[in-house]
Amino acid sequence: MNIQELRKLSLREQRTTFCPGCGFETFINCFLRAVDDLGRRMDDYTFTEGIGCSAWISNNYFKADNFHTAHGRAIPAAIGLKAANPQLDVITIGGDGDLASIGGNHLIHAVRKNTPIAVFCLNNFIYGMTGGQVGPTTPLESITSTTVGGNTEKPFDLVKLVLGVGGEHASRYPTAYPHLLVKGIKRALVADGFRFMEVVSQCPRQYGTRNQASAAASMLAQQKAVYLSREKARNTDRGEFGDRSVFGDFDNLKEYLDLLPTEE
Amino acid sequence: MPRRISINHDLCRGCNLCLEMCPKQVFQESSEIGAAGFRLKQVALPDECTACGLCELYCAGAISLEPLPPEEFADIMAQEERRTSTGQRRGGWKEVDSLLEPGRYFMAGNEAVVEAALAAGCEFFAGYPITPANEILEGMSRRMGETGGRFIQAEDEIASVYMILGASWAGLKAFTATSGPGFALMQEGLSLADMAEIPCVIVNVQRAGPSTGQATRPAAMDMREARYGSHGGVQRIVLYPDSVQEVFDMTIEAFNLAERFRTPVILLSDGYLSHLAEKVAVSGCVKVFDRIYVPGRPAFGPTSDSSVPSMPRFGDGENVVATGSTHDVSGKRSTTNPTVQENLVFYLNRKILEHREELVDCEELFLDDAETAVVAFGTVGRSAKWAVKEARKLGRRVGLLRPRIVYPFPSQRIKELCRTVNQFVVPEMSQGQMVHVVSEKVARDVVSLPQPNGQIIDPRRILKYLVEGVW
Repeated sequence: MNIQELRKLSLREQRTTFCPGCGFETFINCFLRAVDDLGRRMDDYTFTEGIGCSAWISNNYFKADNFHTAHGRAIPAAIGLKAANPQLDVITIGGDGDLASIGGNHLIHAVRKNTPIAVFCLNNFIYGMTGGQVGPTTPLESITSTTVGGNTEKPFDLVKLVLGVGGEHASRYPTAYPHLLVKGIKRALVADGFRFMEVVSQCPRQYGTRNQASAAASMLAQQKAVYLSREKARNTDRGEFGDRSVFGDFDNLKEYLDLLPTEE
Repeated sequence: MPRRISINHDLCRGCNLCLEMCPKQVFQESSEIGAAGFRLKQVALPDECTACGLCELYCAGAISLEPLPPEEFADIMAQEERRTSTGQRRGGWKEVDSLLEPGRYFMAGNEAVVEAALAAGCEFFAGYPITPANEILEGMSRRMGETGGRFIQAEDEIASVYMILGASWAGLKAFTATSGPGFALMQEGLSLADMAEIPCVIVNVQRAGPSTGQATRPAAMDMREARYGSHGGVQRIVLYPDSVQEVFDMTIEAFNLAERFRTPVILLSDGYLSHLAEKVAVSGCVKVFDRIYVPGRPAFGPTSDSSVPSMPRFGDGENVVATGSTHDVSGKRSTTNPTVQENLVFYLNRKILEHREELVDCEELFLDDAETAVVAFGTVGRSAKWAVKEARKLGRRVGLLRPRIVYPFPSQRIKELCRTVNQFVVPEMSQGQMVHVVSEKVARDVVSLPQPNGQIIDPRRILKYLVEGVW
């Protein structure tokens, strides 16, 4: 089946409410492709969501059982579902503000509990639904509706955060590489224990327009410049690495940090 | 070979990602402007397409690349339509054997909560340490291990309440136990339980506040919060026993009411009742209610007769959409329609209030001819009962009303008492909270006897008021 057919089969509605060029469409498509490639159906999975644009993905559109909780609370609800019925394949889809700010404590404790759920954090670097406020992953100096002079707070590196508290399956994939994103999603869906994936996603409307990148394509080009594969990261001169980052699957903090230049 | 690519212009959002991301520039803009105000995209170079799939992975569903033969896809969709729930009709009243050997036990209030929860069929507990509720957490940890249930010590009370809500959707009876500061943290989740009609039980072992207050000392300072603490403030069922026997019996009742009405039920206790050890009679047979599930029925209200809707569990194949946002009977969100919002809020109140007659459960003493009625709740009721009896011996026409079910408040019953009663007296382990509820209901003199000092109220103090009018 092609993506349009998978959407007809697995989504409650064909036309979403996401803004034109939103990376969440890419995540939806890649997720559908991954589930289909694994020979499974959408309703083989159970979803929990918090609040924000990201929560609308599974709550509004995925034809499956889903529990749309309050802001930041999708992970404890997922843990409750999974603990109560281990047969359920429980997935949490949330955003950066949802999972790493208001739900940040739940995230790190879920790593510690190692409950076998998969958490997809769609990181668009901003609070999209509420009007473009600064979030826990907003890059330094970025303009948002609450940092009109530029963000002065250091953003979280979500993969480092999860690995740093003992995570054994953390991954990062940008929407700029959808085929790799599909593969990453498949690995996250079938792995054991607690899985975390940061999906680096573009928000042209709220983030892009404030930060000189209102076209989705130019935001994807920026992603390609910033996020390097393991191999490219290894072969990039440490002195020229700058504020670039790395994507892929990681199972320990040391390996991840070795790919990045040492912080001063 | 030209690829079969088409664009559904109704689904195209005009993001231009197909133009920009295709490595072979297969797509181009046409000169025609569509209804949405942007230039329509067209497949200009189908021969160049390598079917790499990038375009469809970026697209909002408008691009169709190499579709299946139409009949084949129609078959797949038809099979999808025919899929039905795999769940079986279930739920209702049943009698189960007691886990404990029938007989008399000597146990503390917190222990009674643990044993009664298990008797009621509870299979899931999540909680966080807090005084004076810790023995419930510890007891559930031990007893869940022995009975095969699930126990989680959560990272905080917020997580605790969301874990039990998740477990409830998985089909288990679930509860948590906490005290003042933790109960405040749970209000957000409880509001979700109200809105998404999720059965669960919360035991609030009240302690003296505000804030950290006196953690080990009893109080009844969350009497209003239990009913009105959450945003939205729809009708809640709140129980407050006065003895360990009642703690045992009413914990079972709390689970039964939660399952019957698909609502959070708050069982109030306090720092005194939690550690008070008394005789408890346990019978061999327990009457329990399991939430009703009828395959294919809508999972949410409003129902036309305010009855409680069918509750599937996740995994039944119903594809449940449970949300705290305003929703229709299928769970689909409806966040701007005023009629849907209003009907849902009225329904959430009505589904409980239309049964308020059967939710009246009061202990009454000497109310036939009482001129003064003491209205007391939970632990204070013990002191009040002694004081009322002693005052009677002294010839005072006093009586006692002790609602075991605090909310819905027994308004009708208290109004009936106004035939003889000209003064209501409300002693409370607080600065006076329920006195306002009583005042709302009766056009009589209502006197507050507040004692927010973290101590149980000395029965002699109540007697002194009844005899001498001094507090």
